[in-house]
Amino acid sequence: MLSAILTIILIVGGTALLAWPLGRYMAGLFSGRFARTDGLFARMVGGAPEQDWKQYSLALIAFNIVMFGFVFTLLATQHMLPLNPDGQRAATLDLVFNTAASFTTNTNLQHYSGESTWSYLAQIGGLMWLQFVSAATGIAALAALARGIGGKPTMGNFFVDLQRASFFVLLPLAIIIAAVIALNGVPMTLQGAAQATTLEGVAQTIARGPAAAFVAIKQLGTNGGGFFGPNSTHPLENPTFWSNAFEMVAIILIPMACVWMFGRIIGRPKHAIVVFGVMAALLLIKITASVGFETAPTQAFLNLPVAQDVGNLEGKELRLGATTGPLWAVLTTSTSNGSVGAMHDSLNPLTGLVPMAGMWLNETFGGVGVGMINMFLYIVVAVFVAGMMVGRTPEYLGHRIEGREMRLAVLALISHPVLILGGTALFAATAWGAGTLNNIGAHGFSEILYEFSSAAANNGSGFEGLGDNTVPWNIATGLVMLIGRYLSIIVPLAIVGSLMAKRRSAESAGTLSVESSTFGVMLLITILIFGALTFFPAAALGPVAEHLTFMR
Amino acid sequence: MNYVLPSLRLWLVTILVCVVGYTGLVLAFAQTFAPYQANGSIIEMNGRAVGSKLIAQEFAGPRYFWPRPSAAGYDGMGATGSNLSPTSAELAARAAETVARYGATDGNPVPADLVAASGGGLDPHISLDGALYQADRVAVARGLDPVRVRDLIEQQAAAPGAIFAPERIVNVLQLNLALDRLEE
Repeated sequence: MLSAILTIILIVGGTALLAWPLGRYMAGLFSGRFARTDGLFARMVGGAPEQDWKQYSLALIAFNIVMFGFVFTLLATQHMLPLNPDGQRAATLDLVFNTAASFTTNTNLQHYSGESTWSYLAQIGGLMWLQFVSAATGIAALAALARGIGGKPTMGNFFVDLQRASFFVLLPLAIIIAAVIALNGVPMTLQGAAQATTLEGVAQTIARGPAAAFVAIKQLGTNGGGFFGPNSTHPLENPTFWSNAFEMVAIILIPMACVWMFGRIIGRPKHAIVVFGVMAALLLIKITASVGFETAPTQAFLNLPVAQDVGNLEGKELRLGATTGPLWAVLTTSTSNGSVGAMHDSLNPLTGLVPMAGMWLNETFGGVGVGMINMFLYIVVAVFVAGMMVGRTPEYLGHRIEGREMRLAVLALISHPVLILGGTALFAATAWGAGTLNNIGAHGFSEILYEFSSAAANNGSGFEGLGDNTVPWNIATGLVMLIGRYLSIIVPLAIVGSLMAKRRSAESAGTLSVESSTFGVMLLITILIFGALTFFPAAALGPVAEHLTFMR
Repeated sequence: MNYVLPSLRLWLVTILVCVVGYTGLVLAFAQTFAPYQANGSIIEMNGRAVGSKLIAQEFAGPRYFWPRPSAAGYDGMGATGSNLSPTSAELAARAAETVARYGATDGNPVPADLVAASGGGLDPHISLDGALYQADRVAVARGLDPVRVRDLIEQQAAAPGAIFAPERIVNVLQLNLALDRLEE
């Protein structure tokens, strides 16, 4: 109990302390503080004209198409290319499509095991590259949105922003994390698998590779796609308690810093404190629930002579400690990371509900850049509802929120449950989903629900028992990831574009203050009602039903 | 057209910096300062690789300590968890087999980590209790004094994360290697 609390304070508190200066630095970076390198970045892409929301979005889409096209080609031809010491063969095109879509959209849903599917070139040159530039895409989009809502006449230039995020935020942090985990035992080699003969004389082949570089950016960019199949439960991906601590800090560091960056760019740091407070409250609620539920012992062992005194150990690694599995599960789904430090399929039923809830809300710090953008949508709704309740024109930072903005915000927010629940209904009712389950009954339903939640939220974790490398799963989740990603980036930029076109009014005493705790409570209630009402029936059919049936 | 050429130039510069430069830098760092770890923490005996310190290997005979159950069959190329729900009947059946293998009884229950499969199926550790539970079997099979075996376990056991994770654990491969050395 005491060690659990200390671990939570170490990870969450430690990261919050680091996020403050990082957010300050990022705000300066995206406000043009480094003029000389900004000039260099502009020359790299042949000039950097200021862009409005449409131009910025088109530039973002154009580069993301290049990202998808290049990696699709690389993955599809890996068997003909070098750096393939373990002789990986050609992958099926539906898996190539799913994987390219997955890493382009910062999701990193993996319908494969890396060590038996992709060559080192495919992993490093394709997937790891996307882990940098897809994360940078999200950070750039947030910078543009903040500039627009904060009163700048334009949104900046996407091509410069992407380089700022890649080279001056992600790269230096990735070098530090990679060095730390390499010293802790994560391999970094271009040699193929190692051959050993065990003490009992059996041959064992041990996968390795350039993992340290990959794992560092996987954690930092809310990517989550592991170098090895079972992600950060694999001892070579996460060898010690301390590598685990650094990897967990890396999950939430940039998402936390993004809130401060947003607050500084719009010139309202107190508003950022309220938003950060709401996010932190949700995070702590989820951590308490998750860690608490997971102290229940493994139900399947209860009638056997098994001494259980540290909770449910199925799917967990001893070196990582008893608390970190459920803690990691919350961090990775509050942000849209999706890496795992314990197998989520084997979590206790109600513990497994917590990561799902994280993906349904998708803005407890959220993905790098895009988490704060999702929160922006909830802020718009909260401001509108509050305005209606007191009978005043809803305003956010002096911008009048009217019908057009509300329609767009609701479109973006409602698309999330439609993608998740629609997809789950289709696959639960047909052999596409029902034929691929690893568990039966309510838990099987949870496997389908989790998969679509993960795809729509651009998360990437899974109830990995699901046999998801099939044509229907690869195509359906591929499409859901693409829609979920670009709708939730472009629509908010369009909302801000619409607000920028209107006259900004001065805030008066009658304006709802977005810097007060009252607003924080309002925002929290908006988020909870939206999430609870939409997803409660699905939760009742899956994890809640399983808990009530089996857990006594 | 305004966006295609800049996108391609951006592709080139990010590939050069984030893939070529970054990978090269981390590779050089790791191979220089931590070559043993960088190549997979491979343990060699008499010039032959016997496994990785970080990867569980199968021990089936009574003379060695056994690792946690593995859904991957201890395949270093196919790591996986069981992904079974804790409420699953299949999991209960698997656990019953493991319990029978250890000969556990209500009066002498087996520690849970020896029954629960790990996340990746390659967890190199067992708990201190899990090691002590097997001490008598190993001592009998080797004709050793159980006290010596227990002392060896105590020497090998360590807390993985100081005050944050104080429950002591034992690396199975290193324990078994030390056991072999004990008899020499």
